[in-house]
Amino acid sequence: MANNLETEIYRKLYLIRSSEENVIRYYPQDQMKTPMHMSMGEEAIAAGVCSALGNEGQVFGTYRSHAIYLAKTEDSDDFFAEIYGKSSALLKGKGGSMHLSAPRHGFMLTSAIVASNIPVAVGAAFANKQQGNKKAVAVFFGDGAVDEGVFWESLNAACLMKIPVLFVYEDNGYAVHSPVSERHGYTSVTEIVKKFNCLVKGADTTDAEEIYNLTLDCLFRMKETSQPCFLHLKYYRYLEHVGIGEDFKAGYRSKHEFEEWKKRDPVLTYRNKLLESGFKESEIIAIEKEINLKIERSIIKAQEAAFPDKEELHTNLY
Amino acid sequence: MRTLTYREAINEALVQEMERDGDVFVYGIDVADHKRIFGSTNKLLEKFGQERCFSTPLSEDAMTGIGLGAAINGLRPVHVHMRVDFMFLAMNQLANMISSLRYSTCGNLKVPMVIRAVIGKGWGQSFQHGKTMHSVFAHIPGLKVVLPSTPREAKGCLISAIREDNPVIVIEHRLLYDVSGEVPVDPEPFPLGKGMVLKKGDALTVIAVSIMVVEAVKAAEILSRKHGINIEVIDPVSVYPLDEDLICSSVKKTRRCIIVDNDWVYCGFSAEIAALINEKCFGMLQSPVKRLGFAAVPCPCTRPLEDCYYPNAVDIIRAVEEKLGLDKSDLSGEEFYSYENKFKGPF
Repeated sequence: MANNLETEIYRKLYLIRSSEENVIRYYPQDQMKTPMHMSMGEEAIAAGVCSALGNEGQVFGTYRSHAIYLAKTEDSDDFFAEIYGKSSALLKGKGGSMHLSAPRHGFMLTSAIVASNIPVAVGAAFANKQQGNKKAVAVFFGDGAVDEGVFWESLNAACLMKIPVLFVYEDNGYAVHSPVSERHGYTSVTEIVKKFNCLVKGADTTDAEEIYNLTLDCLFRMKETSQPCFLHLKYYRYLEHVGIGEDFKAGYRSKHEFEEWKKRDPVLTYRNKLLESGFKESEIIAIEKEINLKIERSIIKAQEAAFPDKEELHTNLY
Repeated sequence: MRTLTYREAINEALVQEMERDGDVFVYGIDVADHKRIFGSTNKLLEKFGQERCFSTPLSEDAMTGIGLGAAINGLRPVHVHMRVDFMFLAMNQLANMISSLRYSTCGNLKVPMVIRAVIGKGWGQSFQHGKTMHSVFAHIPGLKVVLPSTPREAKGCLISAIREDNPVIVIEHRLLYDVSGEVPVDPEPFPLGKGMVLKKGDALTVIAVSIMVVEAVKAAEILSRKHGINIEVIDPVSVYPLDEDLICSSVKKTRRCIIVDNDWVYCGFSAEIAALINEKCFGMLQSPVKRLGFAAVPCPCTRPLEDCYYPNAVDIIRAVEEKLGLDKSDLSGEEFYSYENKFKGPF
């Protein structure tokens, strides 16, 4: 295989896409009893940023965290076991799709309360800075999160206290079903954040490698300046806010919008890029096959695993 | 009388009150999107325009304060939260501003504001989408708190809340949204502070909150078949103000009481009722008051643990049997979890 970075990025992209395609396949069987907030469309951000963070980096996410979980951990056993609610999962089914967590992989926590993860990530970065352990921290949130006061409070604190945290602003243009234009009394978040002592970067790309390079640059400059960084990345949520279906008939967004984005689909974009850069299609197919097999095994294991015992209800309470 | 679902009853209350009073407006995250808070805010945008029904940014604290400002200047806001859990983001306004303002201004300002919030349950709602928190709100002087459990009460309570000159929190249960029941066409307020007897009986009093009313009624029906006993099921409806007379007169009659709260037990509303019974009915009791509620843990996602977390009709039946010294009845063949088994969203 020619280039480790390129294969790593594609592996992550394909793992996310294929895992979620399997969620779509199996969810109608009603065995995954957890509300699904799907990541489809978001893969480039997850793969790009998480590859740049490396194994040591730490990540904080939201209820829509399938993509960053899979990108950060490259685990599918725990992922499927958790959404099947089984005792074999790291969280033993107590978290489900909205509350994935795998600290040993640097995937710290996720929260279903919009923006509630942001100050926690600032605190984690503060601790890493105090301890001098060089672990980078990235917190992912959507464009709805900047509606919340706690985002601005956290940004201010990070800037004031020179806490190097990467704010990954995943802008899909909608908070649930409300477009930015109906929620923001200003035109550009980034212009406002620039007024803070904060690095500001951004890109409108679905190329994961571009996002990888941009993130590396952010992390480098954060180290140099001891400033936090606000990274504005755009994507399009392919599916409904919650659930595995499309929702273009609901009327709040158009299928045309989706079709435009689909032309730049993050997984296909990168696949084509690999082919153009000299990868053989057979090499790519080999990666895809391996991942599909891995996912298939994870699903079977999850389906066959036991549910947690009743006693599990009371463990880890004090 | 015609029947409506719980969601239709809420919706009808909103429509009728907005027609009656031009000062009423409804706002909150996604109240005007295509899903309309599980259908409860249907038609409001079309009938009353976006000045009186609008979606907001995800800014619970500010939006609650904005409601307060609108209320003291003469409007009647109805602020909606898709989950009770999201109200924690507005606790400062609730606990430090809204609850105390009328008192602290010696009545010069009043706060005619309604906050509607939905309790989630089932299909992995888990620990950030499944709280009730009525005891937390009712603990604070200056907040009225109601949890209607039938379509008729849902409509009546909301009408009363909107007409009330003080802040009222109306807590609705998501799994009750599809329940049908008789609802009067005319706007009939349900008095805040009144409870209801859902089933008359003499063997024991079960006081049940929100969807636990459904479990208690189910338990009553099975107990009557299996043991030939009639338990009295009371829905306090209102946590504050509390219908003390209804509760005490029932307990004085049956002399035994089990409280089934839709919440954790520790420091909860069930403790408040137990204390009330202790103070008012002490000499009449034939056994200590028993309390049932959520397991004392955050709500887990996976279904088998969720079933252990929530009390249900089986727990009530067993508690009643134990209290009355009855043999455990055979419950095989009985259907439980009928609401939970139907529910798969939307969330």
